[in-house]
Amino acid sequence: MKKKFNIIGKRKFFFIFSTILMIICIGSLLINGLNYGIDFKGGTIIQIEMHQTFKTDEIREITDTFDESADITYAGEEQTQLMINTQESLNEEQIESLFSKFQEKYDLKGKDLLSSEKVSATIGDEFKTQSILASVIAVLLILVYITFRFEFLFGFSAVLALAHDLIAVLGAYSIFGVEVNSPFIAAMLTILGFSVNDTIVIFDRIRENRRKYKKSQLFELTNDSVNQTMGRSINTTLCVLLAIISLYLMGVQSIQDFILPLIIGFISGSYSTIFIASSFWYVAQEKRQAAKA
Amino acid sequence: MKKKVYKKKGTRSKSTVGFVLILAIIAFTSFVMINGLQVGIYEILPVKDNVNYGLDLTGGVYVVLEAKEAKGDPVTDEKINRAIAIIQERIDGLGVSEPIIARQGENRIRVSIPDMQDQKEALDVIGKTAQLEFVGPDGEVVLTGERVKESNAVYQTDETGARSAVVTLKFNEAGTEAFAEATAKYINQVIEIKLDGEVISAPQVQTKITGGEAVITGMANIEEAGNLATLIQAGALPVELEPVEVRTIGPTLGQDSLEKSIIGGAIGISLVFAFMLFYYRVPGFIADLALIVYVLLNFLVYSLIGVTITLPGVAGIILSIGMAVDANVIIFERIKEELRIGKSLGAAIDSGFKEAFSSIFDGNVTVVIAGLVLFALGSGTVKGFAVTLLIGTAISMFTALTVTRHLLKMFVNMQIVKNTKFYGA
Repeated sequence: MKKKFNIIGKRKFFFIFSTILMIICIGSLLINGLNYGIDFKGGTIIQIEMHQTFKTDEIREITDTFDESADITYAGEEQTQLMINTQESLNEEQIESLFSKFQEKYDLKGKDLLSSEKVSATIGDEFKTQSILASVIAVLLILVYITFRFEFLFGFSAVLALAHDLIAVLGAYSIFGVEVNSPFIAAMLTILGFSVNDTIVIFDRIRENRRKYKKSQLFELTNDSVNQTMGRSINTTLCVLLAIISLYLMGVQSIQDFILPLIIGFISGSYSTIFIASSFWYVAQEKRQAAKA
Repeated sequence: MKKKVYKKKGTRSKSTVGFVLILAIIAFTSFVMINGLQVGIYEILPVKDNVNYGLDLTGGVYVVLEAKEAKGDPVTDEKINRAIAIIQERIDGLGVSEPIIARQGENRIRVSIPDMQDQKEALDVIGKTAQLEFVGPDGEVVLTGERVKESNAVYQTDETGARSAVVTLKFNEAGTEAFAEATAKYINQVIEIKLDGEVISAPQVQTKITGGEAVITGMANIEEAGNLATLIQAGALPVELEPVEVRTIGPTLGQDSLEKSIIGGAIGISLVFAFMLFYYRVPGFIADLALIVYVLLNFLVYSLIGVTITLPGVAGIILSIGMAVDANVIIFERIKEELRIGKSLGAAIDSGFKEAFSSIFDGNVTVVIAGLVLFALGSGTVKGFAVTLLIGTAISMFTALTVTRHLLKMFVNMQIVKNTKFYGA
């Protein structure tokens, strides 16, 4: 016989752990906020292949004539690429004249201007509002669907686990100051879909097992269901992580922007599915049964 | 009483033939999709040449323009649509491949031009209002660009033999008349040619011109003349457009990113395949086959409906392969359980699929809900990702529930591996 873990019995431990985690995440979000990137804040990013390592002081000599508060960072495998990030949007003429100064000084070709991006601040604001709207609508629709297919308490527990995962990702981004851009939003909505997917498998099992257990066996029902579906939850998460971590390690910036939140979200999702969602359902269901009795 | 169902005569050989046949089809399709195929005059392109790539992979310029509200002159649907048509004509004049021009929201226009690197040139061509005016010395506007019928860039050789690029204009009837009148009125005086209020040429009228033709000189080169001719030909934009988002991606960056992502993705998928094979053995092997079918079907759909693949899209595809494993894992875990409670292999497989269905279905519906919301509210790359996510979810359900199931049953019927240990017991 397979070994059975007493997960529901140790629920207090996991509740406390998650509560502390949530407090830290929300605290950091309130204090530090998020480090919004160009997609939200507006500004200009210019990426140039320099074919050599360079000192930021030399770069500043040129960039200061355009924007003294510009951020200068390194990029590329051998750190030979230059990223210039300004808060104020530079116009096309400015971008052109900035690059031509680099061309002169470092003897660069036209194609060495790897990319340039310019976003106005108003677009960023709209994008933020739209992203929040999208998340709220998605959560509500999922809640309605689970209520329709299962019952409200399952839906509520799944959404709670989901909130746990989203806050964990936001918190990690806030604590480590990772830049938030539009791929992040796509990632959050993906987590939103898959976190619930994960939870539903357990709830589906509880729904099925209910026929086999007595009402008084609520604890056994929940704990057995979690144990029966745990292998699947871990293996699926493992497969997804194997696939996306390999991609992450290849070091393509815009892919990393998308995958990093997914990695955090999937780990949190697997954890919250096994240790939080059904434990919470169990506690609430027990209260409900006690009230009825 | 064990495995009674599978002792039927003929099932074994039939299953073997079917299984081998499907393997051959999978191998052949994979080969065609990777290398392409030519049969007589028919040619199937390799899938990598048959899908569209986003700007972040090919390089190019991406611009979002916002229509500015002028006093007493509100931005209307009609104006935006006309502006889109004009921009389309202007970009066609550049001769670039497959530009995308689309309305975004109420008052914005999104333009992406692949293979274009010069941000300034792009904006000059698409964002300029291009109101052409002929202004007399007294400040009177005698003629506007609306009356120009045709506009071309040509080389002109002057009296000294010097060759220069110019833009020739042909007016329509009303324009010809107005121009003749103006040249008669302002003889020996200067008529300024203004583009968006800026003087681009200021020729002196020598004689009354009745032929309805004029020339704009002072062009730096034939490209500049060509761009101006295109602008004039397409006509002025009905609203002033301001660039609110401009992104240029060089061709080397995108190429490099794509290559790296493909390598990373290949390693990731191989790891997933290896995991499934070692952990679930026979069913894992079958799942790997089903996953190959999943990948093939995905790319088939991409090339059929013309999905544009972007970098987040690539990540989405890899992610969806990881997730497509999920349905298989749910089923196999279930089969294991059924075997453990003593069911025969055939019965365990049957009930494994049956019992796993509801959780696979409900789980996927939530993913679809998130995907639809992303599609409805997201823009650009986010929308592209949503499409790949939705397609992937639908196909993964199909492959897990039908392909895996049939292959697994056939394999069992072949009776090569009978020990239930290899099925997870």
